[in-house]
Amino acid sequence: MARKPLDYEELNENVKKVQYAVRGELYLRASELQKEGKKIIFTNVGNPHALGQKPLTFPRQVVALCQAPFLLDDPNVGLIFPADAIARAKHYLAMAPGGLGAYSDSRGIPGIRKEVADFIQRRDGYPSDPELIYLTDGASKGIMQILNTIIRNERDGILVPVPQYPLYSATISLFGGSLVPYYLEEEANWGLDFVNIRQSVAEARSKGITVRAMVIINPGNPTGQCLSEANIKELLQFCYHENLVLLADEVYQQNIYQDERPFISARKVLFDIGLPLSREVQLVSFHTVSKGYWGECGQRGGYFEMTNLPPKTVDEMYKVASIQLSPNVPGQIFMGVMVNPPKPGDISYLKFATESKSILESLRRRARMMTDGFNSCRNVTCNFTEGAMYSFPQIQLPPRAIEAAKRAGKAPDVFYCLKLLEATGISTVPGSGFGQKEGVFHLRTTILPAEEDFPAILSSFKNFNDSFMREYEGYSRM
Amino acid sequence: MAASVAVENLNPKVLKCEYAVRGEIVIHAQRLQQQLQTQPGSLPFDEILYCNIGNPQSLGQQPVTFFREVLALCDHPCLLEKEETKSLFSADAISRAKQILSSIPGRATGAYSHSQGIKGLRDAIAAGIASRDGFPANADDIFLTDGASPGVHMMMQLLIRNEKDGILCPIPQYPLYSASIALHGGALVPYYLDEKTGWGLEISDLKKQLEDARSKGIDVRALVVINPGNPTGQVLAEDNQCDIVKFCKNEGLVLLADEVYQENIYVDNKKFSSFKKIARSMGYGEDDLPLVSFQSVSKGYYGECGKRGGYMEITGFSAPVREQIYKISSVNLCSNITGQILASLVMNPPKVGDESYASYKAEKDGILQSLARRAKALEDAFNNLEGFSCNKAEGAMYLFPQILLPQKAIEAAKAAKKAPDAFYALRLLESTGIVVVPGSGFGQVPGTWHIRCTILPQEDKIPAVITRFKAFHEAFMAEYRD
Repeated sequence: MARKPLDYEELNENVKKVQYAVRGELYLRASELQKEGKKIIFTNVGNPHALGQKPLTFPRQVVALCQAPFLLDDPNVGLIFPADAIARAKHYLAMAPGGLGAYSDSRGIPGIRKEVADFIQRRDGYPSDPELIYLTDGASKGIMQILNTIIRNERDGILVPVPQYPLYSATISLFGGSLVPYYLEEEANWGLDFVNIRQSVAEARSKGITVRAMVIINPGNPTGQCLSEANIKELLQFCYHENLVLLADEVYQQNIYQDERPFISARKVLFDIGLPLSREVQLVSFHTVSKGYWGECGQRGGYFEMTNLPPKTVDEMYKVASIQLSPNVPGQIFMGVMVNPPKPGDISYLKFATESKSILESLRRRARMMTDGFNSCRNVTCNFTEGAMYSFPQIQLPPRAIEAAKRAGKAPDVFYCLKLLEATGISTVPGSGFGQKEGVFHLRTTILPAEEDFPAILSSFKNFNDSFMREYEGYSRM
Repeated sequence: MAASVAVENLNPKVLKCEYAVRGEIVIHAQRLQQQLQTQPGSLPFDEILYCNIGNPQSLGQQPVTFFREVLALCDHPCLLEKEETKSLFSADAISRAKQILSSIPGRATGAYSHSQGIKGLRDAIAAGIASRDGFPANADDIFLTDGASPGVHMMMQLLIRNEKDGILCPIPQYPLYSASIALHGGALVPYYLDEKTGWGLEISDLKKQLEDARSKGIDVRALVVINPGNPTGQVLAEDNQCDIVKFCKNEGLVLLADEVYQENIYVDNKKFSSFKKIARSMGYGEDDLPLVSFQSVSKGYYGECGKRGGYMEITGFSAPVREQIYKISSVNLCSNITGQILASLVMNPPKVGDESYASYKAEKDGILQSLARRAKALEDAFNNLEGFSCNKAEGAMYLFPQILLPQKAIEAAKAAKKAPDAFYALRLLESTGIVVVPGSGFGQVPGTWHIRCTILPQEDKIPAVITRFKAFHEAFMAEYRD
């Protein structure tokens, strides 16, 4: 019988190579168990609202009014919506001829891109051009678009931190490029090691790979570390000398849980350095409404900002964006409100500020609780979650556990995480999904479960870990 | 030092792809629009009329009230706890919103959902498909996407391994297909729709193109059919559809059925039948034919382009392949929730007996009847222009008239380094502010010229559009007539 086009063997090889552990084996097993009636705590993905975090009120009011503009004509609308939400809805509807139901400019509504530019200027102290800001259906789509534009063939390499958020490895596989890893130093709080970075680049080049771009995730995912200004400066100088475009994934910039290293954007550091770098280094910066204290993952709202890209390249980006017609308009409005939130004096300001503060302070407490909880467990060491939404503890697996995993046909950390899931219902992602040094094992969990559930979750984990270690550390009686 | 990311070293597939719907003419129109704002009166028209893109609500079409009520309540569920809400929203919108929210884990519309889309919404869509076709549909076969376009890209990614993998596409076609094939490095294998027979699809031509491609070493993997057609507007006859299904089965092709205009039918003698329905009616079961059916919330009578809602229904694929499709979907986590909810509403609108049914039906009929009238008015107007011949728009949202351009015009175009239809479209824009897309953006028989114009300007603007167009064309012909 002749091969059919959609037989497995006939598929695009690049598709088959893609791995995305965040919704891979562990998640699928957790979903199966959930269907069988087991209570599952999903900590596999940074999805705050799924774990009980409430949406901020003001943006939801604004989008609901934009969604149903006939409400604005009703004399009673002021009874259930505050005046500033009403005004803001009118503000966005005025920017979007045709309302939420029309394709916008393929780059996003110009007025909202201007709001993003204004936000960037306030944040960094340097002007930003709305023409170089493109709104996208989530930051992921923007990242995929940029990587697709850069990667020509398997000899184009992209420097990616290990551990990394596996969107990068998946996308590089999909587009047929090469991932050039640089290892973050776990013993130095997941710090950068420029010796290692230079070695990776040299090794790649010796294999005939043209290294084109460098990804930084700041704050880090899964590792949570916040880069210092000095770090970023060194990275920019490195990119300048090695002729790399810097891809700065800054989606967690609102999630900072220590005060020593506040968030500083790669763009600000670049302009602080001044000429010639500020005019030469190519940079693309990414942001989203999915993280921070907003957590509006389901809206799919994001943007990327291009710095020092030649006009012809920008034209190509516009062309590719236009094939998709436009990013979703409600997501764009969420982005507008995020970068242009209620100000002191606005009717909704107090509620908005209270809601935001409460979420951030709770995340900060949970980051500490989770780190301490893991560090109190046998054979577990965990760097502090300085930022982002995850904890990435290292689990020192006993040799007998590693053998058992091998016999079960599973990577050791997958084996551990599956056992953890079956025993406690806690669904994590094994460290191998993010990359780690050979023979070192981790898991990634989020700090997102409700604060009141933490003691139970941490004790459940500790009990499981204790019994796992007892089982596999003990010596068999001969 | 050469910059890392400059045009010379970008992915050549990106450089190669084109998308005329928002191409050069449109960029020029945006510049002129700016000029109208900064220097009013500096141009021979007061407004730009975008007839280049199927974007109904940007030209004044109103959204369906019931859909927006439900979406607003899902956006801000706190409203459901307030007494005043009952006086602002219809009761069935309130109950539908409650039902939808209860099918979303944690009632969290801001959370990433299952990568195929929320299960409860897929169940509703599957029920809608079954009710439409009379054959069962499975929620597990449905993948909700940010508009239909990402689904098309996903299938191209799956199917195209290298430049020798070919996809049969109608000419003229909606240029998402040519762009996506170029982006994924495959080969577009054209089959020509026959303008003389109302853009008919001849199986004999399909077979000829297929064999031609194979003789050149192309492995033809899929057939794209757009029904109703874009830009051509024809609605396929059922026996034609049967022949297409048989053809795909015999030749081992995946059938990619773009059915986004399924609710835009303007003639009484044709109706929409999905390819799934046709295949099942012919006795082809689940395993007999790999078929992907695309639907969107952007078109129909709902026209919700900006929401980016759509789905693909995948049938006849093995489990390992479905896992790959799921895996690729999961890298982007999920499509936007508002779009997902809207897709479930479109496939399950108010029914007879529902409180909102009467107003919903009035809105729907009003829009569709108006579209039918506009299609006819513009078709007649085009057919009255010298050198124009325009097929009827049986469905979709476009007219695609052929223009017999005089030789002098063709030479003027050549001198201006433009394709003749692009030259015509540019002159039209500069004289009247009307934006259309040159036929070369869609593909056409070489030596013929077309433009694609939407039927979407509001009905009260149509006479002015026709008058301006006519005046421009007469002047153009006077200038270039042989």
